[in-house]
Amino acid sequence: MSGGAAKIPVRVAEVTEVNALIRRIRFVRRDGGPMPAFSGGAHTVVEMDDHGTRRLNPYSLMGDPADTTGYSISVRRDDAGRGGSLYLHRHVVPGMDMVISHPVNLFALDLRAKKHLMIAGGIGITPFLAQIAQLAALGGRFELHYATRNPALCAYGDELTARYGGRVHLYHDDAGQMITLPALLAGQPLGTHLYVCGPKGMIRWVRSTADSAGWPRAAVHHEEFLAPPPGKAFDVTLAASGKTLTVGTHQSLLEAIEAAGVDAPYLCRGGACGQCETDVLGCDGTIRHNDHWLTEAQKASGQKIMPCVSRFEGRSLVLDR
Amino acid sequence: MTKTDFPPSILSRPTYGVLSPRPGPAHLLIADGAGAGAVLDLLGAADAGMAGGSHLIYLPGPDGTDRTAELAALALAQFHRAPSFAAALPRLRKVLGDAHMGVQIYLAGSEGLIGQAQREVMEAGLPHDAVQTEHRGSWVRRVQCVHCKGITENVATDPFLCSHCGLALFVRDHYSRRIAAFQGVNIDAEDPGSVPPPVEKFR
Repeated sequence: MSGGAAKIPVRVAEVTEVNALIRRIRFVRRDGGPMPAFSGGAHTVVEMDDHGTRRLNPYSLMGDPADTTGYSISVRRDDAGRGGSLYLHRHVVPGMDMVISHPVNLFALDLRAKKHLMIAGGIGITPFLAQIAQLAALGGRFELHYATRNPALCAYGDELTARYGGRVHLYHDDAGQMITLPALLAGQPLGTHLYVCGPKGMIRWVRSTADSAGWPRAAVHHEEFLAPPPGKAFDVTLAASGKTLTVGTHQSLLEAIEAAGVDAPYLCRGGACGQCETDVLGCDGTIRHNDHWLTEAQKASGQKIMPCVSRFEGRSLVLDR
Repeated sequence: MTKTDFPPSILSRPTYGVLSPRPGPAHLLIADGAGAGAVLDLLGAADAGMAGGSHLIYLPGPDGTDRTAELAALALAQFHRAPSFAAALPRLRKVLGDAHMGVQIYLAGSEGLIGQAQREVMEAGLPHDAVQTEHRGSWVRRVQCVHCKGITENVATDPFLCSHCGLALFVRDHYSRRIAAFQGVNIDAEDPGSVPPPVEKFR
């Protein structure tokens, strides 16, 4: 399989339970060499062989980008998810050999900013850990507002506060604490860039509040990886490969294409990066577009599909793949 | 969408829109010469409240157009008339330094004014496309000589003589946002002395 970024053979060096929902996994290269350098906000795609099911999930790199001795990710267990996080929680142990991808950054800092204002919700803290380490080394100006359910689930909150003090603001839902976003946004000096990573509702709230407060779109950055949603099984014909296959209920179109032995491009596998964009040659039915990549006009045209997260309902779908 | 009909060109060549009121806690307007018309149209289309939150910096245009009297009558929160962009710069930098995110920025008039003001806004940390721009009036260009790096203002002909090193320069549509200038390249480098007669392309 040559789709996606280049691969790195790694060994699991450490597994740490961070709290009741989150565990941290550290990878080092099997050959003992240094990891590729990355920039804060980058993710890696972790490959899993989950008892015969191949899973590839993106996780933000949370370590200091200057540390090339290994990569660390933090994984929140999603009991209702498709199984990637459960696999990493239940089956990954130190010493295990795995394969991860080279880093890809779809959530980079804009270093032209005068100040970086970061809003994190829950496990959405992970890209900010790397970004803050990068900014601290550069002497950059930042402010983090991090909301979690309660102190026990506030992963890395104590470490951040100990290291960065007043630049870190923690909020706990159970204590009724809320980020006072309109006031926070109104007080920011010109040249501030806003970054948000967290649950879908939080991202929508932050983006729409910034929009109505007059913030330019290009100064507002967000990252949200979508899990491929389940749906009815459907058939798809791959014209270039001359294959017809069935996409299962809990399988993504991209996964079905890969399972059929067809090499397809991808990077994020979460509807964000645009790499897997595929031409639709024939469509008798409805494409369920679930990505953040295609424009509304492109989605309406029915001529493009993002196989990592989008599905189809109808009689026949033919792709140029 | 621009009201000025520039010929189609390369991607590098800036394009302009039509100013439209956008909600924000404050409004900063920078205009020269005929750009006054865009400011008047903008405030005419906006809620009555916009004028009370607006700060306008205005300078005469490169062709001498000066509509100061009409703009002074708008009763804006602040109106400042400067004789040149250089004279307005300390004020503009102070205003940007004190501003908060959410301020709406509108630039109107000549390409030289729009480009230089946009450069200051970018220096203040905003994305280049975070401002609204509308071209009005003179087409004269601000051009950088790629050889001596000197900048000649208000270039009307192509080719023209660099005001710094004297080379005959061909005016390209290749534009630098960082320098806020089009690029001028020596036209007779291969065959010294063979310079076509200047044509007034930008008036």
